[in-house]
Amino acid sequence: MQRIGVFVCWCGSNIAATVDVAAVAEAAKLEPAVAFATDYQYMCSESGQSMIKDAVKEHNLTGIVIASCSPRMHETTFRKTAQAAGLNPYMVEIANLREQCSWVHKNKEEATEKAIVLMRTAVAKLTLNQPLIAGESSVTKRALVIGGGIAGIQTALDIADAGYEVDIVEKKPTIGGKMAQLDKTFPTLDCAACILTPKMVDVATNDKITIYSYSEVEEVKGFVGNFTAKIRRKARYVDEELCTGCGACTEKCPSKKNPNEFNMGLDNRTAIYIPFAQAVPKVPVIDAKNCIKFKTGKCGLCATVCPSNAIKYDQEDTFVEENYGAIVVATGFNPIKLDEFGELGYGQIPDVITSLEYERLMNAAGPTKGHVLRPSDGKKPKKIVFVQCVGSRGQSCREKGYCSKICCMYTAKHAILTKDHYPEMDVDVFYIDVRTPGKNYDEFYRRAVEEYDVNYIKGQVGKIYEENGKVMVQGSDMLGNKQLTVEADLVVLATAIEPDETARSIGTMLTASMDTNDFFTEAHAKLRPVESPTAGIYLSGVCQGPKDVPETVSQAGAAASKVIGLLAKDKLVGNPCVAGSNPLLCNGCGQCANVCPYGAISYVEEEVRGPGVREVRRYAVVNEAVCQGCGACTVTCPSGAMDLKGFTNRQIMAEVDAICK
Amino acid sequence: MQVNENKEFRPRIVAFCCNWCSYVGADLAGSSRMEYPADVKIIRVPCSCRVNPMFILRAFERGADGVILCGCHPGDCHYSTGNYYARRRMTMLFSMLDYLGIEKERTRVEWVSAAEGAKFAATMNEFIDTVKNLGENRKLRDLRCKE
Amino acid sequence: MSLSINYKAEAENILKISGVNPKKCMKCGKCSGACPAYDSMEYHPHQFVSMVQDGDLEKLMKSDAVFKCLSCFACIERCPRSVAPGKLVEAVRLAVIRKQGMNRLKPEDIPCMLEEELPQQAIVSAFRKYSK
Repeated sequence: MQRIGVFVCWCGSNIAATVDVAAVAEAAKLEPAVAFATDYQYMCSESGQSMIKDAVKEHNLTGIVIASCSPRMHETTFRKTAQAAGLNPYMVEIANLREQCSWVHKNKEEATEKAIVLMRTAVAKLTLNQPLIAGESSVTKRALVIGGGIAGIQTALDIADAGYEVDIVEKKPTIGGKMAQLDKTFPTLDCAACILTPKMVDVATNDKITIYSYSEVEEVKGFVGNFTAKIRRKARYVDEELCTGCGACTEKCPSKKNPNEFNMGLDNRTAIYIPFAQAVPKVPVIDAKNCIKFKTGKCGLCATVCPSNAIKYDQEDTFVEENYGAIVVATGFNPIKLDEFGELGYGQIPDVITSLEYERLMNAAGPTKGHVLRPSDGKKPKKIVFVQCVGSRGQSCREKGYCSKICCMYTAKHAILTKDHYPEMDVDVFYIDVRTPGKNYDEFYRRAVEEYDVNYIKGQVGKIYEENGKVMVQGSDMLGNKQLTVEADLVVLATAIEPDETARSIGTMLTASMDTNDFFTEAHAKLRPVESPTAGIYLSGVCQGPKDVPETVSQAGAAASKVIGLLAKDKLVGNPCVAGSNPLLCNGCGQCANVCPYGAISYVEEEVRGPGVREVRRYAVVNEAVCQGCGACTVTCPSGAMDLKGFTNRQIMAEVDAICK
Repeated sequence: MQVNENKEFRPRIVAFCCNWCSYVGADLAGSSRMEYPADVKIIRVPCSCRVNPMFILRAFERGADGVILCGCHPGDCHYSTGNYYARRRMTMLFSMLDYLGIEKERTRVEWVSAAEGAKFAATMNEFIDTVKNLGENRKLRDLRCKE
Repeated sequence: MSLSINYKAEAENILKISGVNPKKCMKCGKCSGACPAYDSMEYHPHQFVSMVQDGDLEKLMKSDAVFKCLSCFACIERCPRSVAPGKLVEAVRLAVIRKQGMNRLKPEDIPCMLEEELPQQAIVSAFRKYSK
């Protein structure tokens, strides 16, 4: 039998003015489980708390009900008080007499009556309380960053800076991501490579950071503080340890006609290749699909010329298993495919290109050495038309519903750079809205219009076709209320961006929630923007939503600081109010695991012992470190095996009974 | 416990409020001093999806006249999907209760965010009025429990 | 033609029968950018959307733009917001024909007008265009 103490707080006159606190305390004394009841002006004050402690000792109480303000206010305070008095902190219940009684009612008689019911409800619940002990789990002091673009690089550097080990897993042969492909960055127009490659070198030379390039995360198990990841290191057929990155193999390779992914297929590369000059690691990779040795068995030239015998044609995929405390998702984005946009002619008309392709055309290290030349005939265009919002902000199935955010600014950048290199060139931009919030962004766009004389046309392009070697762009001029047909030499489509195609499978692997566009969902849109709702998973960069470089870098830093905060802990103290299943009742049906948003439930087949039972059964087991205590499983469970500590079925039933008494 | 001697009907209302939105909304109604009748008593649950249909049946069995379940707005659930489960379960339960003779107006699911103190108070006022108009619930209740 | 047409009510009716929600339009002009009959139309697809939304129907109903529309549905196909201006043109045309109180084309007239090369789509479009 519990011995419960009831402490009714006046809260000055906040409660006492509307509720007859003495009557509540008197009524409490009539409850069978109540061994002691009193009222006091300020329960949360020093003297109020010592009164509670004394009463616990004097009356040998097993639990306390505080009838006071909202539990959101002082539940923690009184839990600490209980702990100081030698009670389990979870043997405390709060009856909310202030926010939900005295402050919302005027009639003292009615309010007192309700206060008594609330007090009885709390007593009824407390009678069934069990002492709870929060579980503790260890923290592996190592972080995994999935994706090696600017987001992943920055996160890894920041975490390593704090002294923790970080692994970067990048599926491409080199880190650097999309930013490595960019020419200049808005609004300052500093060259992307000049600011990115030093960071890539920092990553490579940092002894806290391990880069797994050309690798993919295959499997993730575990929970916050204790993840285990299996990483597939795809065979690159070149020994990373032996290779010196001299590049002799790439020069001699006879298979030279393979589209160069790094230059968006605008030129060709060899079958053994280093994506770009500043690649990290600077180790070539053999594209087995196009390699003559792999296709015919003859050739082997690269192995012959390699001075360090690093070429290994028999290399196979290997696996690394590593433990991590935290995982950062930085999977980034890709431009969408434009196959569905037949009216814009991309793919049919060679001189219609995407912005990322244009970025490569402008880049001094790109296929044209930085000269803007038409892909069709290699001539310098006289007129370039930029089309914005291609695939963004749409509602049909081929389009993305969101604004891709970066296009307005990079189109302005392209326009400015084009006019800067070639003042004689004519530049038109078709836009729906120009969106330039950000420091020095609107000024930048205005410069394009005012200083560089870029012709911005409000309206969308309806059709692009070829005529007499020209690209005809037919579109609307909404402000001039007319239809235009512009004769262009080159058309650049500001293509919408979408999360990388691996994001969905990684999200599933991590049980991290995603929205319908495959962007990762943050734990709170405003207050926890870099954390996934799944504990221990953090978000960095465009995988969470469209972002430009400065925003990505700041989010990467924020994610790193959250990771550091987690790794700095030696023990994680869990929430003891978690679900638990009774093996005697559980029939292993699997419904609870279906509704669990955290993937906290798994099934084991073990011997179950109970009265009259001794057999091997499949039953649900809750990982207490992962469970957040929502209780969805408890209601789904058809056999009533699942229950939530601190909010058990019996406790809530007792509350219902007390209210309806 | 009947206080009023003139036997004015005082309904018994059980409100389940989720810890993250609706309970905070109810607290906000309090700190903004928005009045609603004392007939409603709140039970705090971690999430609206913690509310087992059994609890609601139990309430009616024990003589409740109305039950209201408040949770975060769809999409705002602290546990990301809990309120969707609650919504589905309650849709099923309420139509069954309706079939059993407990009028649909006696049961309700309402989304109240932590900022909607006014909505909480208004909802409670309106719900109590509706239940008052329906009168005492006589269906399902265990006769041992009342009177 | 009747003298008193309540254009506001007519506009609402047109929105109802066409199922078009003009609020979804973000005035990008892609419909008019794609329109092959642009030059011959007095009012253009994007104007149909804003004019019907404003209840500014008199001009539209009196203009022959409704009959210049080819019903090629390029605007419907291309509209990024699924506003479907072509459906509005169709609905305004229907409203005009109904006000005239007569069908310009009866089903029984069609067989004798048929030609081998005439595509089915054109017959259906013509029928929709000229009958109520």
